[in-house]
Amino acid sequence: MISFILRRVVYTVPIMLGVSLVCFALVHISPGDPLVSILPPDASVELQEQMMAIYGFDRSYPEQFLRWLGRAVQGDLGNSIATGRPVATEVFNAVGNTLILAVTATIIGFTLGGLFGFVAGYFRDSWIDKLATAISVIGVSVPHYWLGMVMVIIFSVELRWLPATGAGPGGSSQWVWDWEHMQYLILPAITMSVIPMGIVARTVRALVADILQQEFVSGLRAKGLLDRGVLAHVIKNAAPTALAVMGLQLGYLLGGSILIETVFSWPGTGFLLGQAIFQRDLPLLQGTILVLAMFFVILNLLVDVAQTALDPRLQRG
Amino acid sequence: MRTILYRSSAIALTAAVLAAGPVWAEKTLTIGMTAADIPRTSGQPDQGFEGNRFTGIPMYDALTHWDLSSETEASGIVPGLATAWEVNPDDTTKWTFTLREGVTFHDGSPFNAEAVVWNVQKVLDETALHFAPDQVGATKSRMPTLASARAIDDLTVELTTTQPDSFLPLNMTMLFMASPTHWQALYDAVDAAITDPKERAAAAWTAFTFDPSGTGPFEGDLFVPRERFEMVKNEAYWDPARTPTIDRVVLVPLPDSNARTAALLSGQVDWIEAPAPDAIPRIQSEGNVIYSNPQPHVWPWQLSFHEGSPWLDKRVRHAANLCVNREELQVLLGGYMGIPKGSVEPGHPWWGNPSFDIRYDPDTARALMSEAGFSADNPVQVKVQTSASGSGQMQPVTMNEYVQQSLADCFFDVELDVLEWNTVFTNWRKGAADESARGAHAINVSFATMDPFFAMVRFVSTETFPPVSNNWGLFGNDEFDALIADARTSFADADRDAALARLHTRIVEEAPFVWIAHDVGPRAMSPKVGNVTQPKNWFIDIAPMTIEE
Repeated sequence: MISFILRRVVYTVPIMLGVSLVCFALVHISPGDPLVSILPPDASVELQEQMMAIYGFDRSYPEQFLRWLGRAVQGDLGNSIATGRPVATEVFNAVGNTLILAVTATIIGFTLGGLFGFVAGYFRDSWIDKLATAISVIGVSVPHYWLGMVMVIIFSVELRWLPATGAGPGGSSQWVWDWEHMQYLILPAITMSVIPMGIVARTVRALVADILQQEFVSGLRAKGLLDRGVLAHVIKNAAPTALAVMGLQLGYLLGGSILIETVFSWPGTGFLLGQAIFQRDLPLLQGTILVLAMFFVILNLLVDVAQTALDPRLQRG
Repeated sequence: MRTILYRSSAIALTAAVLAAGPVWAEKTLTIGMTAADIPRTSGQPDQGFEGNRFTGIPMYDALTHWDLSSETEASGIVPGLATAWEVNPDDTTKWTFTLREGVTFHDGSPFNAEAVVWNVQKVLDETALHFAPDQVGATKSRMPTLASARAIDDLTVELTTTQPDSFLPLNMTMLFMASPTHWQALYDAVDAAITDPKERAAAAWTAFTFDPSGTGPFEGDLFVPRERFEMVKNEAYWDPARTPTIDRVVLVPLPDSNARTAALLSGQVDWIEAPAPDAIPRIQSEGNVIYSNPQPHVWPWQLSFHEGSPWLDKRVRHAANLCVNREELQVLLGGYMGIPKGSVEPGHPWWGNPSFDIRYDPDTARALMSEAGFSADNPVQVKVQTSASGSGQMQPVTMNEYVQQSLADCFFDVELDVLEWNTVFTNWRKGAADESARGAHAINVSFATMDPFFAMVRFVSTETFPPVSNNWGLFGNDEFDALIADARTSFADADRDAALARLHTRIVEEAPFVWIAHDVGPRAMSPKVGNVTQPKNWFIDIAPMTIEE
């Protein structure tokens, strides 16, 4: 097991290097002027050249990449062109805010998704199954940008129960887990949880329905195991696949959502990424993509390890 | 005994409450901006003019100010931190500014001539320790001829330009004065582990954004990047007429128009910029007030004079200007559009008296087109490059499609080439002859007309052909160059305005644009916000406003 984990950790090194290269290349081959956020359209050619030199964009791409990578491995992702603030601080603040949102959405989505999926799979083809399936299909299909706006109209504008935007009365820097702040979290978290809820529900339903058809379940019942004991076996068998799906969903949620975070002005990674794209803020864009990509790499590593711990058949060599 | 104790305590409590007087509630004005981030707070804001509006003018002063006190008159300039200015008659590249006495920065340090020199150096002198590269872009092109500054005495400063330039006092509204003393204190406080002076200076400027110091009517108080910026009133402000009564102003970036509308309707903010036109009736139905006024802004087609362009024929240019039914377009936009008569409007000091009247007159337009050899069976082919969205672009696709239909009545066959905003913006600097134009005969990029260079000069001078500046259409000749030179060297305000009026007159007559719309800058405010003056300007003065709790 330890050698398996070590091997997986070693594999992540070239993956991270590749991810860094792709991040840099994607950002630089996209069209647009990297200084568009600080140079007005009427800036003279002389001023443009002066600024390109000041920010190092006049150097060759390999040189720019190596300088950026050298600093990145030391935790320095440079400064944002648009704001002048350190990218690492910006990204990690945003990650913290997205974590608050993503973890809340995860708890809602995975709990409801697991519950609906299990009930639907257990009572396959019954009206309960159809209802749970309908809810999960709606969850997957409804555009969450639209859902967010509808919830704002109902709960903020019409009923005035919950705030429409923001991350607390004093901003996210003063976040605490009390009602005054958590009321800002409810609408974006519910909106964000709908898609993972639908996906997890569909996955769990299919797994449970499939496992219940298998011979070992009949064997367990024949041995006189009670429903509760059978369910425990079903859950254990469904867990590795469900965990893989949940891991991917958690990865997506941790990546933030440009749409949801924009609708609710939630200052997470999606919001930050959206701003970096529209401002052509290359250091911010590179830094945010890199950190998010690293999340995926690390999360996949953890899911691999967890899956292997749950299902020893996956451990090879 | 217990009863006596209770009574004594109750009396003591009541007395204490009465002695304390009425409970004081802070008067807070919360504003939802269209910007996606808080504009820079260190003196030279980014995010276009919205930055100047919200983190420039409220916190900082410039040597000259826009007069934002009238809803009916075009804004002129008035004394700011300078009480007077004059050009040196013997060397018209040198200007003397007399500074206001007794002004202090928010940190308590005095404002003086050395502070002006320091603020000029921050964007022009690369050798200065405090040179701020990220503030250069938003500043240098706004004062293209400013070269240097020199302190003559404590309250007199001399500014030098690269060429005689009567526009300098107008340009100086954009150079905001930050506190050198406060910056130096922040520089000294930078972690000693950072030894490179440039890195220390960059760190000091970052610290300055969180703890700014200017001389304006509001002082920075709380900065949460990308979320909110809070300012409190500066009770010691030097101008009693602009000393605020609002205790705190909170700026919130809300780039999505639906989010802004929801924030206003749910009572989270008191004021939103640019509400979505289709949400305005709903906003008004809740008692909110919409303020709007034609802004110094033009939404045009800038025409190509490159070889082979159909616009080389003046009759075609005039016909297009006469064939757009702007009143109908105004209805399409819910009334939130100004109808242009030129780059500036009648009554403006630069208006002049053009012989060509921009109006809706399709019969005359068709007659001109027939004269030029076009007909319904032989329409002129015109390609226009525009964007799907963008700052100041209003609703570009809807508006361009309307103009396309309108011009079809006058023998124009218009093809729209819709590109991403930043691409169009970049192409604007490359010109009609460049391959980026993709054969377009016109480009649709809106622009501000706050000062003469941006309003007129850059579009009609042979010195501003691409890639130098935005004369995309390559329009220009000796006559226009002479008119520009005359304006730049007319130093008395009245003479300069008269020269600019002659220039504007000829621009309208020659029609290097199809003038289609002016933005009216709608903003929605809660009825709690009072004493609001929406001037004919991109800016608005928050300082005199009031708010009810």
